[in-house]
Amino acid sequence: MDFLSAHAPDQLPGNRALPPVEGAVQAPHGTTIVAIAFSGGVVLAGDRRATMGNVIAQRDIEKVFPADEFSAVGIAGTAGLATEMVKLFQLELEHFEKVEGSTLSLEGKANRLSTMIRSNLGMALQGLAVVPLFAGYDVERRKGRIFSYDVTGGRSEELGFAGVGSGSVFARGSLKKLYREDLSEQQAATVVIQALYDAADDDSATGGPDMTRRIYPVVSVITEDGYRRLGEEEVSELARAVYEGRLQLPNGPQAPVS
Amino acid sequence: MSTPFYVSPQQAMADRAEYARKGIARGRSVVVLQYADGIVFVAENPSRALHKVSEIYDRIAFAAVGKYNEFENLRIGGVRYADLRGYTYDREDVTARGLANVYAQTLGTIFSANSEKPYEVELIVAEVGAAPEDDQIYRLPHDGSIVDEHGSVAVGGNSDPIGSYMDQRHREGMSLGEALRLGAEALGRDSNGSERTLTAEQLEVAVLDRTRPQKRKFKRVPAAQVTRLLEEGSSSSGSSSGSSSAASGAEDTSGEGTGEDGES
Repeated sequence: MDFLSAHAPDQLPGNRALPPVEGAVQAPHGTTIVAIAFSGGVVLAGDRRATMGNVIAQRDIEKVFPADEFSAVGIAGTAGLATEMVKLFQLELEHFEKVEGSTLSLEGKANRLSTMIRSNLGMALQGLAVVPLFAGYDVERRKGRIFSYDVTGGRSEELGFAGVGSGSVFARGSLKKLYREDLSEQQAATVVIQALYDAADDDSATGGPDMTRRIYPVVSVITEDGYRRLGEEEVSELARAVYEGRLQLPNGPQAPVS
Repeated sequence: MSTPFYVSPQQAMADRAEYARKGIARGRSVVVLQYADGIVFVAENPSRALHKVSEIYDRIAFAAVGKYNEFENLRIGGVRYADLRGYTYDREDVTARGLANVYAQTLGTIFSANSEKPYEVELIVAEVGAAPEDDQIYRLPHDGSIVDEHGSVAVGGNSDPIGSYMDQRHREGMSLGEALRLGAEALGRDSNGSERTLTAEQLEVAVLDRTRPQKRKFKRVPAAQVTRLLEEGSSSSGSSSGSSSAASGAEDTSGEGTGEDGES
């Protein structure tokens, strides 16, 4: 190892040139993440499917993680790289908190994540993109905030609601019709499940609630009390209610025409 | 060229130890006690910003006395070691024993290196386990040795009388309030035999609480809760441990949300 690194560093496993990529690398991809702000904070949720081409790579993957006490990150894109990025992000926040004795501002956390996405640009150009959605409770301004990113690390704050991933087009349409400013926590959780249902309805890469295997979306809530992931019971109850509603109205709740 | 004076190695080491001990003796002490639900750290520290007790990792905390810049340096090194190890392997793989070893190596090397002055610090590294018998407390004196401690331990200027005072009174299964009061009483004993009563404002208190639902078991106890716990004992000195531990349990849940910003 030492000898190689001194005399022929290019022969070390990590330094060997990669063979030229032909087409995109096949790796599991995560799909849809949605977030919605409500009066007391913010809800972040994700479906459970990972796909590899037209194959379902994993049906119970978890794509929403707590970043620290008051923020969470949901990931779309290459699952392996994304979970690694989240792990490093969590570590950085915790490390900063312990060394400095105070937490980063929400804005600071969002900026840090932006840099991390930017550093993955090379991989993204080879088809291994990671695009997260970041949501947190801003303890200074006392409200939930949502940040979305593009593949180059460009950051933009979203007002009200946001979605990312292959099914996000459909999810966002659904969120747009269901969002109100005065939602309660329970209602906000229902809205994200509706949105994920709509995404799964039209996007083959997004998984809907799996009633037979009891696999439901991951729904997390961040309020001034901190991060909380809704328990299995709570989510299954909400998901079942949404499912029952769809048996009557397959297209979901209808917004007034005018 | 003049010949340097010959100093025997024994004498040189004794001088360095003496120097470090004197430096440590100038500062106020820190005590660490086991209680039923974890480990409590009590430090006499009027500053709210400069901590003597801090979190290292999920189940591990650090307490120190001596020169601030020196132990702060060691603390940050410890946090770095723990975070790196936890990231590379797994959170489970960060242990107090490993950390104490690293500290012992560092302190030992500095102590015996002739070019540097010895660090004037004494550290405690503690890890809370799933049950009281799994708790680990290590004391690291200035020369790089490690002492495995149980029950209660004191470091700092007046540690001998404080330590023996606690040894006589500490028992297993104390409630948080009882352990805290014992710690505060012990810290109030001066070397000349006089006693002072320490108030919550003079104390820095933190716990490693095994009952905390989060991964990170470390929590600073806010001054208001310290006052309450200290008063609890003076109003009913023979209070049953059952009732006081129930009270502290209730307080813990109320302080849950502020756990993180309590560190700012």
